[in-house]
Amino acid sequence: MTTTLLGSHRPGTTLLHRLPAGAKLATFLVVGVVVVAVRGPVSALAFLVGAVGLAVWSGMPLRAALRSLRGILVMAVLLAAYQSWQHGWPRAVESVGDLVTLVLLATVLTVTTPVDEILDTVTRALRPFRRVGVDADQVALAFALTIRAIPTTIEIADETLDAALARGLERDPRARLTPVVIRVVAHARATGDALHARGLGDD
Amino acid sequence: MSRIELEQVTVRVPTVDGDLRILEETSLTLTERRVALIGPNGSGKSTLARLVNGLVGATTGRVLVDGLDVAREGRAVRRRVGFAFTDPAAQLVMPTAAEDVALSLRRTHRDKAERRRAALEILAGYGLEGLGDRSVHGLSGGQRQLLALAGVLATGPDILVADEPTTLLDLANSRRIGDLLFSLPQQLVLVTHDLDLAARCDRALVVDGGRVVFDGPAESAVQHYRTTA
Repeated sequence: MTTTLLGSHRPGTTLLHRLPAGAKLATFLVVGVVVVAVRGPVSALAFLVGAVGLAVWSGMPLRAALRSLRGILVMAVLLAAYQSWQHGWPRAVESVGDLVTLVLLATVLTVTTPVDEILDTVTRALRPFRRVGVDADQVALAFALTIRAIPTTIEIADETLDAALARGLERDPRARLTPVVIRVVAHARATGDALHARGLGDD
Repeated sequence: MSRIELEQVTVRVPTVDGDLRILEETSLTLTERRVALIGPNGSGKSTLARLVNGLVGATTGRVLVDGLDVAREGRAVRRRVGFAFTDPAAQLVMPTAAEDVALSLRRTHRDKAERRRAALEILAGYGLEGLGDRSVHGLSGGQRQLLALAGVLATGPDILVADEPTTLLDLANSRRIGDLLFSLPQQLVLVTHDLDLAARCDRALVVDGGRVVFDGPAESAVQHYRTTA
């Protein structure tokens, strides 16, 4: 069972759920650029508060949200420590705030939007580029599969950690990392075979 | 029925110790409605099955499906040949049951609402009604295998190649999937360790050590395998 909300749709009736996928994608894209472009710790904290507000509004269960952000939060703490040491606390607040904001926005998008809708939206948006050789269906399929790959990769990492724990190897980085890489590559190949088996991705 | 032909096909895989021969030179024609491939683990039967829709490429020789060369006309062949894997989890690529079937319908149903309606109808046809919005992770093993088959069959193939589709299932689900496979109008190429299922086919090939060591009526092939295994 997947433990992450990022990449997992949760049906609901909030305004965020009802908004068209295209509007959400475009808005989040613009907001993402603004979050990265606007500098300073105050704005980073303001964006973070806004993202938390959106997450609450989307109806995502907060406990599950915190659990799914666990990995990112660990990375954020490490990043904050490094940035404080190298560039001072204002840069640390900005970097970590921006990172968590972007992950939260991506989670809100995937929680409130079925992958099928994102697939349709990307296909429609890219259709005009067919003239210059862009295969809209292929790009949209790749986009959808990338979203699907996030919870799968986290699930594989969790299972690998359990396997390492079961053998008392939880402190061995090889036992924790190597199987993840191998299984993620194997999963990618299996997904390719699965699409191939249905004749998809050939067009 | 379709015509599957293997002409002097071999499959070799390069390894550090030289080429590993997975399938020795094999020539055969399959025109029967139900064909079983049986044999021990690692015998080459899955490789033989995977050749039919190009999941594995022939090192030498050629594979034809209704006269279409799998290596040259792969796209056309894959539209005729669907493939079901042992582990349905490897085959389900979308988050919910309805979205997964809808993915197979994208080519034939451009309208989203119509596609979803068709996907739900297909799910109902396979006894998965009411599960359209269920996460594929939340389905039982039997439901996942039914969904995987529904996803493949929704593309409308003429031939279904099923690689040990009942191996991971309990007895009840194994029977359910077996009965479903034998009720399909498609030509079926079934890789299986379930000899009762194999015996229901019109023809069976016993594969061992990368060679077809027996080819004939299913009952006789199963008998041969039982006595030589």
